[in-house]
Amino acid sequence: MIISIASGKGGTGKTTISVNLALSVQPSVYIDCDVEEPNGHILLKPEITSQKEITKKMPAVDLNKCTFCGKCSELCEFNAIVVMKSDVMFFEDLCHSCGVCSNFCPERAIYETERSFGEIRKGHIKSESVSFIDGTVKVGEMHGAQLIKHVRKEIKPDSINIIDAPPGTSCSMVAAVNGTDFCILVTESTPFGLNDLKLAVQVVRSLGIPFGIIINKYDENFTELDSYCSSGNIPVLLKIPFDRKIAEHYSRGIPPVQVRPELKEDFRQVYKTVNSIMQARCTPDEKR
Amino acid sequence: MTINPSIKQLLILSGKGGTGKTTIAAAFSKLAGRSVVADCDVDAADLFILLKPEVKEKTEFHGGKKAVINQDLCSRCEFCLQSCRFDAIVDYSVDEVLCEGCGFCFRICPSNAIEFNKNLSGHLFDCRIPENREFLYAKLLPGEGNSGKLVTELKKKASAYCTQKEKEWLIIDGPPGIGCPVNASLSGVDAVLLVTEPTLSGLHDLKRIVRLVQSFKVYTAVVINKHDINKEVAEQIENYLHQENISLAGKISFDEKVVTALQQEKSILEYPENIAAQEILTIWNSLQTIRIKI
Amino acid sequence: MILAITSTGPSADSLVSEKFGRCSYFVLFNDQTKEIKSIVNSAESMEHGAGPKAAQLIINENAEAVITGAVGGNAEEALKRAGIKVIIGLKSNMKVSEAIDFYFKR
Repeated sequence: MIISIASGKGGTGKTTISVNLALSVQPSVYIDCDVEEPNGHILLKPEITSQKEITKKMPAVDLNKCTFCGKCSELCEFNAIVVMKSDVMFFEDLCHSCGVCSNFCPERAIYETERSFGEIRKGHIKSESVSFIDGTVKVGEMHGAQLIKHVRKEIKPDSINIIDAPPGTSCSMVAAVNGTDFCILVTESTPFGLNDLKLAVQVVRSLGIPFGIIINKYDENFTELDSYCSSGNIPVLLKIPFDRKIAEHYSRGIPPVQVRPELKEDFRQVYKTVNSIMQARCTPDEKR
Repeated sequence: MTINPSIKQLLILSGKGGTGKTTIAAAFSKLAGRSVVADCDVDAADLFILLKPEVKEKTEFHGGKKAVINQDLCSRCEFCLQSCRFDAIVDYSVDEVLCEGCGFCFRICPSNAIEFNKNLSGHLFDCRIPENREFLYAKLLPGEGNSGKLVTELKKKASAYCTQKEKEWLIIDGPPGIGCPVNASLSGVDAVLLVTEPTLSGLHDLKRIVRLVQSFKVYTAVVINKHDINKEVAEQIENYLHQENISLAGKISFDEKVVTALQQEKSILEYPENIAAQEILTIWNSLQTIRIKI
Repeated sequence: MILAITSTGPSADSLVSEKFGRCSYFVLFNDQTKEIKSIVNSAESMEHGAGPKAAQLIINENAEAVITGAVGGNAEEALKRAGIKVIIGLKSNMKVSEAIDFYFKR
């Protein structure tokens, strides 16, 4: 089972929810795919047992063969190559490793090398049955989505996998959510939260992923959010009212279930609801 | 070399989401009388909710290219399938979500069956807000990313209005993160206001964005929002700023009225008796004295 | 030598552009022949990598110096490697002709 946790708006509490869910439904795997700003480790404080560099292909040039014709620079859709009178420059942060330059070089002067662009760490949480995986992209590196694909190879299919996705609705959010069994969208009781939720809903619907909502910092006075969910038949899995104590603990890096243990039961209930929604979607054949 | 001294561009940024950037941008938009406002946070373009603009013009925005296979011409040779590094060729057609627009398939196809054109990625909105002011924002189609191009286009339109109509301020709500759109939003601005919050994640992300902004050598000041949520971390932030020689524009207290105002789609300034509104006003006034320096 | 000026328009009377990668035109001034020509900056509308693309354009024109408002990291690196002198700090109310005078009187 793979559950992704996403949100249109940043700062809604996506990481907090992911961490709490992972702690409540053990044995589980917490997978931080917010590779630009992975913050799950601040809350979970995992013991890291392994660490590996992730590489991507980067072009390089054999200056003895190169005629500086400029074809590669012309063909590169990402503007990652500048050809000078007697030199060629490749920009790692712009390169998508697509292979066009090396394939279409008339002199066959371009070859590919492996270059590290991020790392994946694995570990576990002390005295809990929670495995930990996170990916971190290097500062200045633009291709978070590529790293996310690598992080997702670490999923353990027999376990409950919780993917903490990057915020927004761009390509890296899609890379984290695409193909997961269920997506939980985290929002908050404000017009900003609602507006960004609508965008995220469009994305998960277009990807055909079943989804539900968790409303963080819930405020019943903001009725627009409730009516949006009920009119669109969107299941609300949990409402967490704003709690200053939770916010203060978060700022110190302490997960809420450790402050309010009764929340664990709520998160277990969320997992049950997710399961029953998935069951209901299965055809009778699949159930058998 | 002199510049047109009457227009100042103020960019509001925050590495981390949810720190209160848009709330502050909305308040400043109200306070800056003769101004143009641009929302470059296209991933979560929320400023329009508070400014309630009247849309004057909607224009299409074309982003990167995507490949499309013409089934009538396709000979099923699978050259494209073998060359695509993004696994985007599925059943002799291109998966739009996975295609990164490199053009390999288009160039390798022996039957010329692949078209490779810029695709529609969103819309720009040219709007009017009260007091006869201009407001610009953009909306992307789901799954499309923000880009330097889009930010540049928004800023270009906004600057044109500033010059035409002799405005004093251009207020820009910047994109999140530290990538290409942020770079584009920084070019040509006079001052940057960074909005942070006193959490460990907030401080972590602040340091990353400071490094980026410093490379642009533009006047920079920081606002610590909800500073009383964790005074210890707030103090750590202040020490860090002191060390880096960055000025603290002010601190804003945690105030539930901010959320209440937001829920009613109002600017915090419409609740004049609350602390946060007073603090924002003080920060704005302090920026007026800086104005003379920048 | 050839000097490139980032510009909002194609002539010496146009206002300069403060942007390098996303300026609209490059005006090229040859100080031997005093000839002025301009090229459209096709990098302006690029989604990503406008800086390196713009650098490639003026390298192809054999420019030896460029005067502009500000240059991004990638473009700066490319220009430096190509041996093109970069002068920054142009402000947008200046005409291209004034920028040329400024460069040679500096």
